Amino acid sequence: MAEPQSKPASIDSFEVRILRQEAPGRASYWERHRVDYEPQMNVISVLQKIAAKATTIDGRSVTPVAWDCNCLEEICGACTMVINGRVRQACSALVDNLLQQEDPNEIRLEPMSKFPVVRDLMVDRSRLFRALEKARAWVPVDGYYELGPGPRVSPEVQEQAYPLSKCMSCGCCLEACPQYTKVELTRLSGETDEEFQQRKRATYDQSFIGAHAISQIMLFNMHPTGKHEAAARLDQLTAPGGIQICGNAQNCVAVCPKEIPLTTSIARAGRATTAHVIKKWFDR
Amino acid sequence: MAARPRVMIVGGGLAGLAAAMKLAELEVDVDLMSLTPVKRSHSVCAQGGINSVNDQTRQLGDDEWKHFDDTVYGGDFLQHQPPVKEMAYWAPPVIDLMDRLGVTFNRTPEGFLDRRRFGGTLYKRTAFAGATTGQQLLYALDEQVRRWEVAGRIRKFEFWDFLAPILDEQGRCRGCVAQDLVTMEIRSFPADFVVLATGGCGLIFGRSTMSMVCTGSAVSRCFQAGAKYGNGEFVQVHPTAIPGADKLRLMSESARGEGGRVWVPRKPHDSRDPRQIPEEERYYFLEERYPEYGNLVPRDIATREIFSVCVQEGLSVDPDRQAVYLDLTHIPRAELDRKLGGILEIYEKFQGVDPRDVPMKIFPAVHYSMGGLWVDYERTADGGLVPAHPKNQATSIPGLYAIGECDYQYHGANRLGANSLLSCIFSGLFVAPGLADQLENLTGGVASELPAGLFESARRREEERHAELLSRDGGGENPYLLHQQLGDIMTRTATVVRHNDQLAEAIEQVLELRDRADRCALSDTGNWTNQNVVFTKSLQDMFPIALTILRGALMRDECRGAHYKPEFELPGLTSDDPAERRRQAEQWVDAFVEKNRKWLKSTIACWNADRRDIDISYEDVDTSLIPPRPRLYGLVGAETIEEVWRERQQAMAEPTGEAAGAPAGT
Repeated sequence: MAEPQSKPASIDSFEVRILRQEAPGRASYWERHRVDYEPQMNVISVLQKIAAKATTIDGRSVTPVAWDCNCLEEICGACTMVINGRVRQACSALVDNLLQQEDPNEIRLEPMSKFPVVRDLMVDRSRLFRALEKARAWVPVDGYYELGPGPRVSPEVQEQAYPLSKCMSCGCCLEACPQYTKVELTRLSGETDEEFQQRKRATYDQSFIGAHAISQIMLFNMHPTGKHEAAARLDQLTAPGGIQICGNAQNCVAVCPKEIPLTTSIARAGRATTAHVIKKWFDR
Repeated sequence: MAARPRVMIVGGGLAGLAAAMKLAELEVDVDLMSLTPVKRSHSVCAQGGINSVNDQTRQLGDDEWKHFDDTVYGGDFLQHQPPVKEMAYWAPPVIDLMDRLGVTFNRTPEGFLDRRRFGGTLYKRTAFAGATTGQQLLYALDEQVRRWEVAGRIRKFEFWDFLAPILDEQGRCRGCVAQDLVTMEIRSFPADFVVLATGGCGLIFGRSTMSMVCTGSAVSRCFQAGAKYGNGEFVQVHPTAIPGADKLRLMSESARGEGGRVWVPRKPHDSRDPRQIPEEERYYFLEERYPEYGNLVPRDIATREIFSVCVQEGLSVDPDRQAVYLDLTHIPRAELDRKLGGILEIYEKFQGVDPRDVPMKIFPAVHYSMGGLWVDYERTADGGLVPAHPKNQATSIPGLYAIGECDYQYHGANRLGANSLLSCIFSGLFVAPGLADQLENLTGGVASELPAGLFESARRREEERHAELLSRDGGGENPYLLHQQLGDIMTRTATVVRHNDQLAEAIEQVLELRDRADRCALSDTGNWTNQNVVFTKSLQDMFPIALTILRGALMRDECRGAHYKPEFELPGLTSDDPAERRRQAEQWVDAFVEKNRKWLKSTIACWNADRRDIDISYEDVDTSLIPPRPRLYGLVGAETIEEVWRERQQAMAEPTGEAAGAPAGT
């Protein structure tokens, strides 16, 4: 971790270049803003200033930039975007560090490219959550009545599970993945909302499930109760959109803000699916 | 086929998710609405843990009654006791359930749940998952809700903003109006019950430890529709937060639970590196002033001490801003990483300094709303709650319920650490059977089959408000700047220390800001993902709750829990002469009894639409299980006062032999 940041020399203000898009299907365009420098700013406070001012560098009044955020502590995953070319959370992107990286006068903000843009920096990550449904990422308990404590777990197993369980569904691993390609659908005329949602889900299910979901499958297959459904989860990993699509680029683990050992999960999933397929073949 | 009844839950944090999955289990169809994907709810920010009595503490003399007692004592006796008792007795099974759901709680070497100690108790009751317990609990519930979603029992409406409850002619809630934050479509949702689980209202204070969705707007919209609001002036200020430009980030109480020590250099603005300051030149003010609890005094006390060391005593570690040291550097790195990794990462990430090597700089920040929508309960003869009773968690609007941080029920004047996650999950689970039972015999039919006019007119009202805002000409007030001003006023006057003259002035200023907020102009008048108009509406709806907080605080002339007015503090004993000291203690106890007679009451605020202001009244508190007693943490002369107090309690108990359980001072 960097030492306490110092103000970059001779900076009173800096430029922010934002890739904007008014709505799905519209053309995107760059817009430039100038923001006064203050110590200890992050990209969220930059965007807040831009929203309050809503004026570009050449004095034009514009609509405030739309972006998604919530906790501002890098634990909810909402404010993920591409900052100076790197996917990360806006809240933990400190201006001092950014200005020291590339251009000392400019910060570049873009929406994630693997998800459909809703508006400006906001994208639709519903595919990511659909993958968690497909992964059956839950412990299949009998119910919520009082049935005593859960299974005993050794500290070693807890220390293995906890890092995987910190996945905040932010989408960084998917943005960085060469095999994860954008799926953008538009509603057909005459299609009801329900039909459209259904078509979306079916299309998502044919596309790559992604590192985050593979890792969740390994998390739940490790749990003493979760593993009761291990076979069903491994079936999903060998179905279309499954683990076979992974090209082992290892970008996912490099960009994960929670440092989740995604490639370890993928390797374990690879072994588990191989064993699973062979077992199924013999069980026929 | 007849339409099936539905329950609408607004808010997908711990409380909303717990209620949703329990209702689903009871075969109730649920709609779950949230401003954000539920997995990103504010509950993820809770760090430290969740309390319950456990096998180990039990053998050290702990039991559910003591957890209950710590909670009401910590809350300065302002909460009705039966719901709190019920919660304490549910705590062990709640943690068992979360354990079964796969929460990655920290483990002992033998594989049991590990526990840590938190503020306001002497027992290690707190189960935890690293330093991200809230996140881990929320994920477990999110996963269960996803399971029910796949099964078709729960429908989610994420990125929707709750705009208003829909009330029929009898004033019963029959659904709600909400707006899609992407398409801006405004829609009516018929529902046989609406359950609000929308959390706290920290954004009224500008910057706080709360997430950006915690505006309180949903609660305010129910309040303006007639729901009563309880104990609004009780706002917890967390003693330890990391100051930041966009938000004040929480530094969990677990940092102190794991041995963190709070100190300042004895010499004001000592410019030496803190690591170079020798022990004898450090002032461990909490340890010196509160030898029994040390750094783990309840939050309100820790907050006031840190505030006073900086503001009154001028001992801030920084010359140009307020802060004290929270020091973990004496603890081995490996242990810190294992137990506190998550929160230390936050500090490192946002401050660029490693707290394992250098003491952290922290200062108090607004953290939790003890107040919230007034809710009811049905008491059993032995002082618990009647399970599955329709009154449990019911607001004053029939058919509208409130759970989690947005209700006022569990934490009184001050919340104990690691009790909020418990109250959220408990109230969510507990409300469900009562709703399910009532759905079996609904009077007046299912909401979705009521005449459409009710839902259409409610929708139209919201569409008009929306259209009117969008149609305004430019040149009006800027909502973002008004929000900053509101936050500054509230933080200055209604947080750690409160003075009547400042509160009165703040009310005038807030009323003026409210009128200016009426004249907001939008910089975005489009009808697609317009965050500008959504924020403006939530800003306008902050004012009724801001006024509730300020007026409640102004009227309450006493000190209780988080509400501290120095003018009305009962002073410690000053005399060294035993007889005089005894006389002072008697006087102190008289004053305490009188204070409780007058102020041991819930503040109830109602919206007055004609005046666009609030009316305040007071309700008695059910203190029938544990008689209120003085909270004497660190007071000079505490032993003498305690002696007088005990003698009086005995004297009251003896003559009739039955009054021991009667509430003292009421």
